[in-house]
Amino acid sequence: MKNTRLVETLVGIFVAAGIAALFMLAMKVSNLNAFSNVEGYKVSAQFENIGGLKVLSSVSVGGVRIGRVTSIDFDQDDYEAVVTMAIDPQYNRLPTDTSASIFTSGLLGEQYVGFEPGGEEKFLKEGDTIKLTQSAIVLEQVIGQFMFSKASEGAGE
Amino acid sequence: MNSFQQLGHNALMLFQRLGRAHLFLWAVLCGAPSLVLRLRLLVLQVFSVGVLSLVIIVVAGLFVGMVLGLQGYYTLVDFGAEDSLGVMVALSLVRELGPVVAALLFAGRAGSALTAEIGLMKATEQLSGMEMMAVDPLKRVIAPRFFAGVLSMPLLAAIFSAVGVMGGYLAGVGLLGVDEGAFWSQMQDRVDFHEDIMNGVIKSIVFGVVVTWIAVFEGYDAVPTSEGVSRATTRTVVYASLAVLGLDFVLTALMFGEV
Repeated sequence: MKNTRLVETLVGIFVAAGIAALFMLAMKVSNLNAFSNVEGYKVSAQFENIGGLKVLSSVSVGGVRIGRVTSIDFDQDDYEAVVTMAIDPQYNRLPTDTSASIFTSGLLGEQYVGFEPGGEEKFLKEGDTIKLTQSAIVLEQVIGQFMFSKASEGAGE
Repeated sequence: MNSFQQLGHNALMLFQRLGRAHLFLWAVLCGAPSLVLRLRLLVLQVFSVGVLSLVIIVVAGLFVGMVLGLQGYYTLVDFGAEDSLGVMVALSLVRELGPVVAALLFAGRAGSALTAEIGLMKATEQLSGMEMMAVDPLKRVIAPRFFAGVLSMPLLAAIFSAVGVMGGYLAGVGLLGVDEGAFWSQMQDRVDFHEDIMNGVIKSIVFGVVVTWIAVFEGYDAVPTSEGVSRATTRTVVYASLAVLGLDFVLTALMFGEV
């Protein structure tokens, strides 16, 4: 009798593990979830164009990752993207005039936010907004501008 | 003339067997309602079919995921796209390797055991004995095993995929230093729940039906001698593996063809 109870328990654990695995695939692997548990103080910045930046993309200073993007929204008043980032609390001495830019790691790589520290005495804290920003470079625009300038050069001759 | 006769005889036997297999499946499906009264039998079979396959599934899933992480990294790093490693590992697991490799392992681990058990029951005339006592062996023996297999297979495939993703994470982020956020964020961005994960689940349900069907039929249809049982067991593994691989192509073409 004790044996059947053990068997039943193990079967229950098996079924629960299977369902948990499906749940994990749904929540962690696929795009079905909307939560992210990144810790740190929140700083936001507005960009004209964020390119391919995503939630959980990294935020770095001089190549060292100091935080992650927690949410991306669109501001209907300024028609700009609002990127909210969580910065690791140990990096609490970023000046308020720090500038944020969106870069691409490698040719085909992930896009990330790069900070360039300024010279202010005051430091960024929870809820602050970074005012100096530079949008992502969109390859099509760059190529378009290049071709346009080449064409106008050719016309000038 | 004699060999020509033999050919015709073989062809007839093949069709006869195919027909018998389908009638058998129909009879097993008709036995499903009576299973509600014998849930305990189903639980016992889920134990021997599913729980006992768990170790091989988890270990295989972990290593397949880790190998995918390592191999994918060396391919992607040349293009500077190693951040996409998570996408590669997750998509190949949930769409392809999870259902297929889990079904192959399932055929080897659980299918062969089912065939041997049922074949031996037939060889020792336990099945005829049940019929004598007016107990339908299809309902008492076959149906619980069949539905246990159908139930276990999607769960095993889901566990395989989940463990595989963790293995890819260990290899990619732990060993090779891929950025953790990029690993998960790119994965979540590109893997779609309905398109990718649910289609993988559908695949694993189909594989579960086919593999268990072949296993219980081969056992039930085995020549009741020790040699017959051994042949039936071999046939189960070979036919089930081939059926899984062939059906995988068909299902992939049907579900992902337009993408």
